[in-house]
Amino acid sequence: MDELIIAGRKFKSRLLVGTGKFASNELMALAMEQSGCEIVTVALRRVDIDNPGDAMLKHIDPKKYLLLPNTSGARDAEEAVRLARLARAAGCEPWVKLEVTPDPYYLLPDPIETLKAAEILVKEGFTVLPYINADPVLAKRLQEVGTATVMPLGAPIGTNKGVRTADNIAIIIEQAIVPVVVDAGLGAPSHAALAMEMGADAVLVNTALAVTPNPGKMAAAFKKGVEAGREAFLAGLGEQRQKAEASSPLTGFLRD
Amino acid sequence: MIITLNGKARQCDAPLTVADLIATLQLDADRVAVEHNRIVLLKGDFAAIPLRDGDVLEIVQFVGGG
Repeated sequence: MDELIIAGRKFKSRLLVGTGKFASNELMALAMEQSGCEIVTVALRRVDIDNPGDAMLKHIDPKKYLLLPNTSGARDAEEAVRLARLARAAGCEPWVKLEVTPDPYYLLPDPIETLKAAEILVKEGFTVLPYINADPVLAKRLQEVGTATVMPLGAPIGTNKGVRTADNIAIIIEQAIVPVVVDAGLGAPSHAALAMEMGADAVLVNTALAVTPNPGKMAAAFKKGVEAGREAFLAGLGEQRQKAEASSPLTGFLRD
Repeated sequence: MIITLNGKARQCDAPLTVADLIATLQLDADRVAVEHNRIVLLKGDFAAIPLRDGDVLEIVQFVGGG
């Protein structure tokens, strides 16, 4: 069985799903179901005291899904650490998708603050999955401080542009000693398949599922994309060549 | 006493514990996390922490996110 193993924990699915931006909790739950995912990300925000709202957690079966709280909204290491501690106190397992994004326009992760926060959180016993730009040196540094994965972006969050950072992701995969999860920017099942064909261990998708009118269908499509890409990677892709190489025999032509 | 709750000033009557406040606000203690003067509280401690004038509280919950 080709399982994904993160921090010693085994998963059958290599598709992680984010729960943001869905039109309803029902559509979110449908996408989770159809994706076959076992890990879902959630965010932490202040309770609106006057209007606490519908608890989205009611729609997520904790026996079926591992809740992976993110530190979205954190602008520096200190805020990220606070959010991670709060998530753990809220009753989550000590797993955290570490993200530190001080820039509101491109939401690109701050490498220095991310590394700082990762060091602190690893020491506090968290299983840390850091969201990073596709920087192979940073990926190595994070692995050295003990993160459970690295999660390089394909393109900025929510852009649906695909694996624009492919060359650097290939280097990260080549050098990785922990699972590589391509996160952010994957807008189509073909993008997910490409990341998996390259040898990524998993992908994380949110916006592409949440913004379509048919989240369930799209989630099923991403599931197939991830599985196809993984199987192709395991099978071994043919080398790319500059010149044509005939697939049919070059003898027995109706001439000479 | 006046506390700061999620960034806003709020008048409360003492004595009041964190657990009392959560009950008053009709929140489900199982679904929230609380930071009291920058210290993250364990759920089991909510009933043991009295609030004082000037305290700063953050009460958070999970929402959808990527």
